[in-house]
Amino acid sequence: MSDLRDLYQEVIFDHNRHPHNFGPMPHANRQADGFNPLCGDRLTLRLLVENGVIQEARFEGAGCAISTASASLMTDALKGKTEAEANQLFTGFHQMVMGEPPAIDLGKLAVLAGVQEFPARVKCATLAWHTLTAALKNETTAVSTE
Amino acid sequence: MNELVLAELRAQFPILSRQVHGKPLVYLDNAATTQKPQAVLQAECHYYEQLNANIHRGVHALSQEATDAFEQARDKIQRFIHAAHREEIIFTRGATEAINLVAHSWGRSHLQPGDEILLTEMEHHANIVPWQLLCEATGAQLKVVPIDARGGLVAGALQSLLTHKTKLVGVTHVSNALGTINPVAEIIRQAHAVGALVLVDGAQAVAHLAVDVQALDCDFYVFSSHKLYGPTGIGALYGKRSLLQDMPPYQGGGDMISQVTFARTTYNQLPYKFEAGTPHIAGAVGLGAAIDFVQTVGLERIAAHEEHLLSYATEQALQFEGLTLIGTMPEKAGILSFVLKGVHPHDIGTILDNEGVAIRTGHHCAMPVMDHYALAATARASFALYNTLEEVDALFHALRRVQKLFLG
Repeated sequence: MSDLRDLYQEVIFDHNRHPHNFGPMPHANRQADGFNPLCGDRLTLRLLVENGVIQEARFEGAGCAISTASASLMTDALKGKTEAEANQLFTGFHQMVMGEPPAIDLGKLAVLAGVQEFPARVKCATLAWHTLTAALKNETTAVSTE
Repeated sequence: MNELVLAELRAQFPILSRQVHGKPLVYLDNAATTQKPQAVLQAECHYYEQLNANIHRGVHALSQEATDAFEQARDKIQRFIHAAHREEIIFTRGATEAINLVAHSWGRSHLQPGDEILLTEMEHHANIVPWQLLCEATGAQLKVVPIDARGGLVAGALQSLLTHKTKLVGVTHVSNALGTINPVAEIIRQAHAVGALVLVDGAQAVAHLAVDVQALDCDFYVFSSHKLYGPTGIGALYGKRSLLQDMPPYQGGGDMISQVTFARTTYNQLPYKFEAGTPHIAGAVGLGAAIDFVQTVGLERIAAHEEHLLSYATEQALQFEGLTLIGTMPEKAGILSFVLKGVHPHDIGTILDNEGVAIRTGHHCAMPVMDHYALAATARASFALYNTLEEVDALFHALRRVQKLFLG
C-alpha cells in the first residue's frame, strides 16, 4: 500500500499553504498558461530571461496541493538556471515522478518523489513543468497535460 | 430497506467484497458508473457461451436465439420507460451517442439559420457539444437557461427564452454535478406550447426515478446502460415514432438498409434504420438483465433508500466545518457535491482513495456548472441501491482525515 505521507510530506503542505514566487510579474518577458483538463487546474507561469539565464520565475493560478507545491518548488529551482539547465531539470523531474532514477541531482524537488506511487497525480506534479517548456518556447496557446 | 435485504443485495455485486489499499471498498462514484450485479454478468456470459451469433440474418438456430435475446432486451426497455411502441427504442452506445444521433439526424434535416436550440446551464458536456456542432453546421443559435445559487433553473427563465424560434429544448432529467431533479414535465409542456421538441437526458435519472415517456410527453429520451447496473458501451434512444420515421439515417451500413444498389439504397424500417452494423448484442442482453434486476428490487424502494442515504449524508455535511455543499435544491437524486475550505478536491480524492473510499473529483464534464460557482472542481459522492449508512460514515471519517492532514 502506498503511504499517503510519502506523497503529502510536510514540505509540500508548507508550499501549498504559502507558495513561493506566487503572484503577478509585470516585467516578465516569457509567459505561458497551463491547463489540466482532468481536474480543471489552471496555472500561469511568467519568467524573466536575460542572456539565456532565468533571472526570475513566478506563477499564479489555482490547483491542488501537489500542483501548487510543484510550481512553488520549480520556480525556486529555476532562478539562475540557463534554459538548457532548466530543460535538464524537467527531464530529471519527469524521470523521478515516473519512477525512474533521475539523471541529475534534483535537490529540494526530490520531496515530490512520492508522486511516483500515485500515477493519477503525475499530471498534477508536471503541470508547472509542461508550462515551463511552453514559456521557454514562448508559446502563446495554453498547454495541456493531456 | 432493512439491513438483511441490503446485505443480500450487496452480496449480488461481486466487486463490493474487494478491498482497496487494504480497506473494504466504499464505492461512492455511482454517478460515473454503477457496479454490476451477478445477474448482469451471468446474462452476458450466458450469451457468449450459449447464444453468440450475428443477429437479424442467419437462418441457423444460434442466430435466431441471439436475435430473440437482443430483441427481448428492446422490449424490456420499452416497458421500463413506458414507450408506446417497441420500434421507438433505438440501441446506441450510450446516452452520448443517442444525443449525437438526434443532433445529427433530426438537427441537420430540420434546422435553419436563425433557429434556436435551448439548453440549461447544468447540462453535461454530452448535451452541449453535439448541439454546438449542429449550430456550427446549420447557423442555428444556442441559448441557455441559467441556474440559480441552489442549482435549480432560474424561475421564469425558460418561459422568457422560449420563442417561436426555439426548435428544441435539451434538458437533463437529473444533474450529474448537482443532483438537481428538473421539473421536466413542466418544461416539456412549456416547450410544446411554442412548438419546440424536447430531448431529455436521462443518464442520471433512470437508476433513481421511474420514467414514463408517454406521461412526460417528451420527444426524445436518452440513457446509458452502465449507470443502470448494466454493461458499458450500450444505451438507448427513445424517440416518438412519427419523429423517428421522418428522420434520415445517422450512420450507413449493414442492417439499416432494405435494398442496396449503386444507384439507390432504400432504408430499413424502424428501429433498424438507426442501427447500422453489428450492435453490442451481449451488452443489450446485459442491459435487459439490469432492467430486470432493478425492477425486481423496485424503483420506489431504491429511491426511498437513496433518499435516506442522501439526507443522512447531507445532515453530516451541514455539520462538517469548512464544507460547502454545491447543489442544494430540495428535489435531488443521490448526489452530494461539495468543496472543503483549504483543500483542493483532487487532494480529497487521493486521501479518500487511500481509505478505500471511491468518489469523483473534478468538473464532472459540466464545466459551465463549475464556472457558475467559480470553482475549478468539486468532490462528489453519489449513491446507489447497495450503499449503506456505514459507508456514509466511512466517507465522513475519511473527510476528517483529510482535514487533519491538511489543516493540522
